[in-house]
Amino acid sequence: MSALPTSENFKANAHAALGDAQLQKALGHVRVNFIERRASAAAGLPEFEALRDSARDIKNHTLAHLDLYLEAYEKNVTASGGRVHFARDAKEACALIVDICKAEGARNVTKGKSMVSEEIGLNAAIEAAGMAAVETDLGEYIIQLRGEAPSHIIAPAVHLNKEQVEADFRRVHTALPEGRNLDAPESLLAEARGILREKFLDADVGVTGANFLVAETGTSIIVTNEGNGDLTQTLPRAHIVIASIEKIVPTLEDASQILRVLARSATGQDMSVYTTLSTGPRRASDPDGPRAYHVVLLDNGRSAMLGTEFEDMLRCIRCGACMNHCPVYHAVGGHAYGWVYPGPMGAVLTPSLIGVDKGGHLPNASTFCGRCESVCPVRIPLPKMMRHWREREFERHLSPASVRYGIGVWAFFAKRPALYRLAAGIAMGALGLLGSARGRFRKLPLAGGWTDHRDMPAPQGRTFQSQWKAKGGRTR
Amino acid sequence: MPDSSAKPRVGLFATCLVDLFRPSVGFAAARLIERGGCEVIVPAQTCCGQPAFNSGDRKNAREIAAQNIEAFAGCDYIVAPSGSCAGMMAKHYPELFEGDPNMAARANAFAAKCHELLSFLVDERGVTKAEADYPREVTYHDSCAGLRELNVQSQPRKLLASVGGLTLTELKNSDVCCGFGGTFAVKYGEISDAIVTEKCAHITAGGAGVLLAGDLGCLMNMAGKLSRQGSKIEVRHIAEVLAGMTDEPPISAPREPGK
Repeated sequence: MSALPTSENFKANAHAALGDAQLQKALGHVRVNFIERRASAAAGLPEFEALRDSARDIKNHTLAHLDLYLEAYEKNVTASGGRVHFARDAKEACALIVDICKAEGARNVTKGKSMVSEEIGLNAAIEAAGMAAVETDLGEYIIQLRGEAPSHIIAPAVHLNKEQVEADFRRVHTALPEGRNLDAPESLLAEARGILREKFLDADVGVTGANFLVAETGTSIIVTNEGNGDLTQTLPRAHIVIASIEKIVPTLEDASQILRVLARSATGQDMSVYTTLSTGPRRASDPDGPRAYHVVLLDNGRSAMLGTEFEDMLRCIRCGACMNHCPVYHAVGGHAYGWVYPGPMGAVLTPSLIGVDKGGHLPNASTFCGRCESVCPVRIPLPKMMRHWREREFERHLSPASVRYGIGVWAFFAKRPALYRLAAGIAMGALGLLGSARGRFRKLPLAGGWTDHRDMPAPQGRTFQSQWKAKGGRTR
Repeated sequence: MPDSSAKPRVGLFATCLVDLFRPSVGFAAARLIERGGCEVIVPAQTCCGQPAFNSGDRKNAREIAAQNIEAFAGCDYIVAPSGSCAGMMAKHYPELFEGDPNMAARANAFAAKCHELLSFLVDERGVTKAEADYPREVTYHDSCAGLRELNVQSQPRKLLASVGGLTLTELKNSDVCCGFGGTFAVKYGEISDAIVTEKCAHITAGGAGVLLAGDLGCLMNMAGKLSRQGSKIEVRHIAEVLAGMTDEPPISAPREPGK
């Protein structure tokens, strides 16, 4: 994918998404299935709420001592025969990975699912260096064939339907018989599995992300449902882990604690099908496994979030529950957000990573309904942090002039109760008279944003405060 | 020392939308609070400051908050017929004055006295019955801030169950946002429209002839959409039904000639 953001065009992206009947149908899956599954998984575990507290506390503790845990992690990776590389930004991370691949003499690189690799635009970098990069997660494989970005952090192809996938497979898998039957989802799966099996066997280097990096052991952990991550990291000569610094947890015990909320929040499973731990390269006694093990640790703006009002965001474990429960995500899907991370977590993280000048729409495009926070397994106050972005925008005068002006005029009256009562009395009296026959307005000057889509209910007439006073109600 | 037998003094924060658009909700709220054994005063007021707060304008939000804290200083409770505005005052005022040596303690004390109307009646005043009849089938939307910031969920249902003749048909996805979101409805009108359209589909499919909720913003959004769709579903604030004050036409409905 291209890592070039289109978040500035959020409104146009959203407009297109709302008019895309196929996408709207596909989003129905998110609106129903993810929500029901999470709810039943959470309800099935009496200690679920306590586990959320515990997951939050583990992450907070780790972030408060991140430097120490990073050092311990590096030491333990090195002790197990691996190497840790620190990358300040996307460019450095890509260069490090490309260099390792080159040093391995690689031609084919397989990849497990990794949002950080999307963030740094890794596939493009590998391909620009003359090597092939193949996504091995089914959803990622499909969108790679289409040249698209993921539209969801755990279900990257959730915006597509079966027929679209079939058409892509027929377009790309030209060595297979034309008349083959691909009607059933199982046949699509079998075809992808057959193609990917060859890719796994041909791979020189395997790149995976990490759900956790365990400081006490130098272990990286991935969770998958397809087993593709295991084949990606065990078959090739070298395994490269690309992960961002906040993936660290102190101990294996901590990781298992958080694992108990991760899959339940994401897919509603008790555990993902595969939870795979890797610690260093193949040991002398191991029958298989990679001969080289590298970890590229990416900062890319995260350390700058420490100690700020956005630090809580670094607790995120990328489960996707926030977007699964977001009415805005349900309406427009992930691509409208215009970069790697969609939904509420993306609305907070994206401005941190690409700048609020480019990503400013995202934290504004929220009703603050709070459903994301209510399901977040690590209790990130997502609406509060979106509001913090709005504050930064307001301070920097990045908010649209019409908004600033509107708020200014409104605040002028709101801060002057006597003037407010006078103006409100006149305005509501007039609107009440105008609107009483129909009870509503189909059009109102300056209210097009509202009346383009719905009627504006007419006011009853005199304001409550003036009627209260007139009826002798007490004001003090 | 105040007389311990005296009724608690409740400052009714009507909310700007009720003040401007639907005063009948203010009178219904006042009646319910009085029936809850309290005396009601309505100090001069404008708005809770949420439009500024949610637009990132902390300075104006703070000034408006300070104005309200001052205006309601003599009240034992501050009650609003809105989870959104009550949530702003109860949950976010302390945030606005965090670390401010002059205001933090006052803001915290003020916030602790702020309640949403229905949770005030049930949880603080122990009200179990609404003295009203309303022989209609109604459905109820849980407004987001009340539900998630203030745990307003069982209280409205409990009181509705006590209304004579009323049948509550639960709304599918009643806890999902209606797409209002304050300025969101105007800034991102098209997305807001998609969300409220989905909400109205559930409301219509449910079959109840009346839609109730506890926040006028959400109600105006849903009523505006339903009336644009030509729906005959009546939309009211829940306080009107609980107080037995349903003489005014429903939200977005025409006034009958001569009334």
